[in-house]
Amino acid sequence: MMLLAGCTQRVWNDPYPTSERVSNILYLSFLERPKHLDPARAYSADAYALTAQILQPPLQYHYLKRPYTLIPQTLTAMPTLTYLDAAGKSLPATANPDQVVESVYELHIRPGIYYQPHPAFARDAGGHPYYLPWRAKDRSQIHQWQDFKHFGTRELTAEDYVYEIKRLASPQVNSPIFGLMSGYIVGLKAYGSMLAHMANKAGPNDYLDLRRYDLPGAQVLDRYTYRIRLHGKYPQFLYWLAMPFFAPVPPEVDAFYHQTGMAERNFSLDWHPVGTGPYQLTLMDPNWRMVLERNPNFHGERYPSEGEPGDAAAGLLRDAGKPLPFVDKVVFSLEKEVIPNWNKFLQGYYDFSAISSDTFAQAITPDAQGKPHPSPVLQAHGITLETPTMPAVGYVGFNMLDSVVGGYSERARALRQAISIAVNYEEFISIFMNGRGIAAQGPIPPGIEGYQAGVSGMNPVVYHQVNGHIERRSLADARHLMVEAGYPGGRSARTGAPLVLYYDNTYTGPEAKAYVDWMAKQLAKLNIQMISRSSDFNRFQDKIRRGNTQLFVAGWDADYPDPENFLFLFYGPNSKVSSGGENDANYRNPQYDALFNQMKYLDNGPEREKLITQMLAILQQDAPWLFGYFPRQYVLSQAWVSPWKPNMIANNTLKYVQIDPGLRARDRAAWNRPVWWPLGVLGGVVLALVASVSFTRRKRERSLAK
Amino acid sequence: MMTYLLRRLAYAVPILLGVNLLTFSLFFMVNTPDDMARMHLGVKHVTQPAIEAWKVQHGYAQPLFYNAREPGWRAWRDTLFFNQSVHMFALDFGESDDGRNIGEALRARAGPSLSIALPTFVLGLWVNIGLALMLVWARASWLDRFGVTATVVLMSVSSLFYIIAGQYWVAHLWRLVPISGFVPGADSWHFVLLPIVVSVMAGVGNGTRWYRSIFLEEIGKDYVRTARAKGLNESHVLFRHVLQNGLIPILTGAVAVLPLLFMGSLLTESFFGIPGLGSYVIDAIQAQDFAVVRAMVFIGSVLYLIGLWLTDLAYSWADPRVRFS
Repeated sequence: MMLLAGCTQRVWNDPYPTSERVSNILYLSFLERPKHLDPARAYSADAYALTAQILQPPLQYHYLKRPYTLIPQTLTAMPTLTYLDAAGKSLPATANPDQVVESVYELHIRPGIYYQPHPAFARDAGGHPYYLPWRAKDRSQIHQWQDFKHFGTRELTAEDYVYEIKRLASPQVNSPIFGLMSGYIVGLKAYGSMLAHMANKAGPNDYLDLRRYDLPGAQVLDRYTYRIRLHGKYPQFLYWLAMPFFAPVPPEVDAFYHQTGMAERNFSLDWHPVGTGPYQLTLMDPNWRMVLERNPNFHGERYPSEGEPGDAAAGLLRDAGKPLPFVDKVVFSLEKEVIPNWNKFLQGYYDFSAISSDTFAQAITPDAQGKPHPSPVLQAHGITLETPTMPAVGYVGFNMLDSVVGGYSERARALRQAISIAVNYEEFISIFMNGRGIAAQGPIPPGIEGYQAGVSGMNPVVYHQVNGHIERRSLADARHLMVEAGYPGGRSARTGAPLVLYYDNTYTGPEAKAYVDWMAKQLAKLNIQMISRSSDFNRFQDKIRRGNTQLFVAGWDADYPDPENFLFLFYGPNSKVSSGGENDANYRNPQYDALFNQMKYLDNGPEREKLITQMLAILQQDAPWLFGYFPRQYVLSQAWVSPWKPNMIANNTLKYVQIDPGLRARDRAAWNRPVWWPLGVLGGVVLALVASVSFTRRKRERSLAK
Repeated sequence: MMTYLLRRLAYAVPILLGVNLLTFSLFFMVNTPDDMARMHLGVKHVTQPAIEAWKVQHGYAQPLFYNAREPGWRAWRDTLFFNQSVHMFALDFGESDDGRNIGEALRARAGPSLSIALPTFVLGLWVNIGLALMLVWARASWLDRFGVTATVVLMSVSSLFYIIAGQYWVAHLWRLVPISGFVPGADSWHFVLLPIVVSVMAGVGNGTRWYRSIFLEEIGKDYVRTARAKGLNESHVLFRHVLQNGLIPILTGAVAVLPLLFMGSLLTESFFGIPGLGSYVIDAIQAQDFAVVRAMVFIGSVLYLIGLWLTDLAYSWADPRVRFS
């Protein structure tokens, strides 16, 4: 068989069917299965990798424009916004936020948008839903999704969007943003209480037709228009309208999935989401493979015809005006281990790859200026590298409620500033991240309004300017601050006791000790002793909630590209201990809070930037965080992938990806010619073993005969 | 025989109850239902009412062992432990905490696990016994010394090394099979070949050494000398006498693990991308999915008990002197 195989052109290590060899399919891998795909529940990057291709919230981000720009996705135009005062009178857009009692958004969707084929839309000759109710006969014959024989579609309507907003309040759904949104959407909190009452009466998982219960904050005006009412002014709400939480859910699909026997077969919105997007999920086996295929009813979006300066030169406007999506099918394969994933990318079986620390040296070669490039081996294969900075920040927080590191006295501030200088994040990025990050000067990462690169954005407490460059202040400065803090030489000036700080983290695995030792070494520069308290996720979160920490490791990924989404992490009323908010340092500065309340209502521009600069200066002085780093993602793509532009906020970008399947098939065949001689050697070894056994046997028999 | 089986069945009930109680206690000692809710709801914007709603929806709102609000025996019945145990003993594993049917997952994952584990077991047993017999046959010769040295070397190497080396040499450098992946059906041979070979290789050192020592012990016994004295050749002595009498200790190890093959192998499945049961428990523990952990521990216990029964049955088959009494 092996000899026969050697004579054919077959690529023996190809993990995909031969029929797919020159197909227009994108091959990707995934590390962890998404927990939820229900648009009201999914809130993680691995879930968005799928749902953003299937579901269409009303808005989306422009693929090419920077700064990130919202554009309509299913709407005819951006939502119209009206501010109302207490008397219900319309206010101008520049009205004082204190006067605005309500913000009213009206959204008009484009007619002619249709859902993907789905059994919930199937109708019989009489026009009745085919699977609603789901008859016992069908239940006995349908065990997996492929067993459904009848599919249908229908047009997207405003009611579908309103239905999803109502679902955010449903106790059956448990949306993670219900708490947040109930503070903004008019009546959503009371609606949730009412639904909880109804669910208790009906049974916790019985179907509740939300169309029967009106929500004042989300109303259908006509077939294609709906209105959302918010308490007060909340300009960032538009960003939420680009997230899958606000994607449409057809009520009949929800009713379909609530029928007896559906959950037992994993037929649910959490497993089979339904949308109007460019792709539909045709295989959902998160333990093996997830497959997206082109939605035949997709409404014909086209590739953008404008972008940033330089995009045209980079070949990013070559396909302007062409219909999307480009790729027919996207196959996500589970790869739990780094090494097989990487080797399959090298063999051409994945079209994109991230780079782990294990494979970094093999993948990246820095030039004389330290700029990363694909290694010569990868360059020979035509593999290219993109290095976008993520809208995220990794930091170490000080618990401002702690009696030693917290508080707002000059002494406490000096202690935090001294530690901020001593903990060298440039070194951290070099050692633990292979240089894939930027040392942070504040909480706002690059690409977000308020970030300033270079000297103008420098944190003057931790850095100073040297010959036009920024440099971390010396340890002498830090030690001077320690004296001001009352800890000369790392000992209390009052008692002489050494300063001992607790460092809470969730580090596990073989690298945990290295991380902890590194931090201990940083603090030891100031003779501060450190005790690491590594705990599991639950215990760690519990300590944060109770405020039982001094220094703790944390991070934040942006929900949307607005500075408010980072600066609210320091807003006093969001304090973790007092209100369960996201301000886990429990920082509270009235001056900062006042500036935040002004800033959050402003559009991007000089006035807002001025406020942000003031806020950052306050944070840098108070130092409630060790502003750690902004991570950079290194992404490799194969030669057959057309030029693409990283968009770290938008998740629905697979529709813009284009590949050359012919080139891929040729490269794969050239890179994967089987090597047969080792089998020959192995066969020889086995034969030699058999021969030696046979020889020994004959020798023994001869000696016995004698 | 029937009495024996019934007696073993009666023993199994308290064992399974104990295992269930232990799993339940250990899990909830480390994770409260609130922790589980937070893990599933995520860390951003989660409120206490959302946590309470999650607990109600997933049946974790009840007290763990004793419901002081209920009178009489309902104080014990309306508890998390009672309700979940009753369903499990009825083999109704329900849904995982992320809403997916556990029975369905078990059915889907058992096949891929078995497609690796069963051939590995059979082939491994065959290779190990064959090599051990060969070394015993060639005892005290250069072949034996070489074999013993080789097995010691093989058993000293981590199984992870075999996997990584196998993937690197066979799949990456020689490009003879896919590095990882799986397809259901007949085409799966393409994907399971390397994991099977690697798994067998990883077990050869231990297995061959173990079986060699068993056979060496047998070969020094009187019945072997008698067989030789009768003029039987060495192959006959080894295969008809030594192998048959060495079966009891082999069966002790081999048959007991037979049902556990369903549980798959974490490392092999993880590296080779086999969608089996191997990683199901680990994933569930990481996700704090108690429903899955409980179901898998219960199934593991049941399979282990079945393994012990099968071992007893195999004893009587291998050695007619063994009687069930």
